[in-house]
Amino acid sequence: MNDVLDVTLRLLIVFVVFLTFPLIIGQTEHKVMAHMQGRLGPMYAGGFHGWAQLIADGVKFAQKEDVVPAGADRRIFQLAPAVALLPYLLVLLAIPIGPDEGAVGQVIDAGVFFVLAVMGVGVLGSLMAGWASANKFSLLGGLRTAAQLLAYELPMLLTAASVAMAAGTVSIPGILDAFEWWWLPWQIVGAIVFFVAGLAELQRPPFDMPVADSEIIFGAYTEYTGLRFALFLLAEYAGIVVLCGLTTVLFLGGWHGPWGADGLGWVWTLLKTAVLAFLVIWLRVTYPRLREDQLQKLSWTLLVPLSLAQIALTGIVKVVIQ
Amino acid sequence: MTLAATVGILATGPIPITTAAADTHGFLSPTGVEIAFLLVGLVTFGAAIVTVTTRQLVHAALWLVVTLGGLAVEYLLLTAEFIAWVQVLIYVGSVVVLLLFGLMLTRAPIGRSPDADSGNRWAALTVAVASAAALVWVVVDAFRTTWIDLDGPAAGSTEATGASLFQNWVLPFEALSVLLLAALVGAIVLSRKAKAGAATTAESTSAARSEKDPRTEKGSRSEKEGTR
Repeated sequence: MNDVLDVTLRLLIVFVVFLTFPLIIGQTEHKVMAHMQGRLGPMYAGGFHGWAQLIADGVKFAQKEDVVPAGADRRIFQLAPAVALLPYLLVLLAIPIGPDEGAVGQVIDAGVFFVLAVMGVGVLGSLMAGWASANKFSLLGGLRTAAQLLAYELPMLLTAASVAMAAGTVSIPGILDAFEWWWLPWQIVGAIVFFVAGLAELQRPPFDMPVADSEIIFGAYTEYTGLRFALFLLAEYAGIVVLCGLTTVLFLGGWHGPWGADGLGWVWTLLKTAVLAFLVIWLRVTYPRLREDQLQKLSWTLLVPLSLAQIALTGIVKVVIQ
Repeated sequence: MTLAATVGILATGPIPITTAAADTHGFLSPTGVEIAFLLVGLVTFGAAIVTVTTRQLVHAALWLVVTLGGLAVEYLLLTAEFIAWVQVLIYVGSVVVLLLFGLMLTRAPIGRSPDADSGNRWAALTVAVASAAALVWVVVDAFRTTWIDLDGPAAGSTEATGASLFQNWVLPFEALSVLLLAALVGAIVLSRKAKAGAATTAESTSAARSEKDPRTEKGSRSEKEGTR
């Protein structure tokens, strides 16, 4: 029974992280955006600097009526938020936060493949939502989502493959065990490409044309209300957690840091993830939205060649140092 | 503990690890993993049948997701983790998305498509049954007495797969790479020709494109008329 208890405990911890971290990032986004724009942001809910704003939002969403449009494909419309959200929960299982056996939900042999594969599945949720809503704007949003995924999955995969080549393993804890500080300059191009491609896969600004509110209302999520809409929003913020965590463990050395090696590794992981999440918010405030064709051009003419160059560089250095 | 074992535990409770059962391999006392394998197989089979029989085009694509995902779970239960995740990455994550993209771009009505049926259904059924029978026969005949030791080191781990692929199967692997490269170059050549030579060779390219994808016929025809 010990095994079952162990598995249950790990699943429970991952689930709690999954429910709380996206909310923390969402609240940080409210405040950081506000201060960058010379505002105060939420100040009332909960008393202290509006800390409970997202909880209040959640209560509001839960009270709203769950409307399914008359012309919609009912079952798929209702299933879509779950398909969008659950993959990120699964990915969180595989991200290690510390060097010990106990600091990861589940050690997966082909971890890099697992996380990229499952993250790709999440996009199916947006596609289902876009199609099943029976709404032109939703369909356009779904189409843009699909085009974006097809363009950005390749650079993500290639740069992840570059790290796997450097480490000689596709297991995420294995990659972290092999990490050395000089990987940082070695893999920096790959890291940037991975992060940018990940932002595009999550449809975060400046790559948010699938939900571009000034063009297509809210893309695939236009027809959603109440709790299901909240689930899509939660999926977006869970995606930020996952992307920042993945960039941390693949490219920034996860629990490795200049000091605090024993026992404090998890602080480094969380710190790096938090800094990256701040960067995600910062980018949203700073850059205007790209146009759809600019996005495709960026991927195919810049990110893919850069990631191929990174793979070549990784291969050359790897052969030279052996 | 591998993920396969975890899935086994989550699905059926703790695996009875008894050496006696592992030695005899009887069909009458199946282990938890075997039962899970069978059940997932049934689900996959059912989803595959719905995929080809449903009259709703997008539903067919979504049932295909269930089918391919079920296959990935079967690979997992056979301890072939690497193949399982590649299956999810390539088929569920990319091929089906491409399929849905194509469907949404052309026509994807909500509800039944009356023309989503083929007069060839009996021929298709015959071919499907024949190829399934051939495949099952070959696999059963080839692996009749091979058993995967689920308690030992994973037989389909990334390391094992990589070693076998690049030691014993390098030539087929490279041949496949060349084939895929040729397909890639071919696709690029086709798409570039259609754009650059639209004025002079519109007739031939629109024919070539309509062969590949009927929906572009209309677009290239109007394009041709525009150039006139």
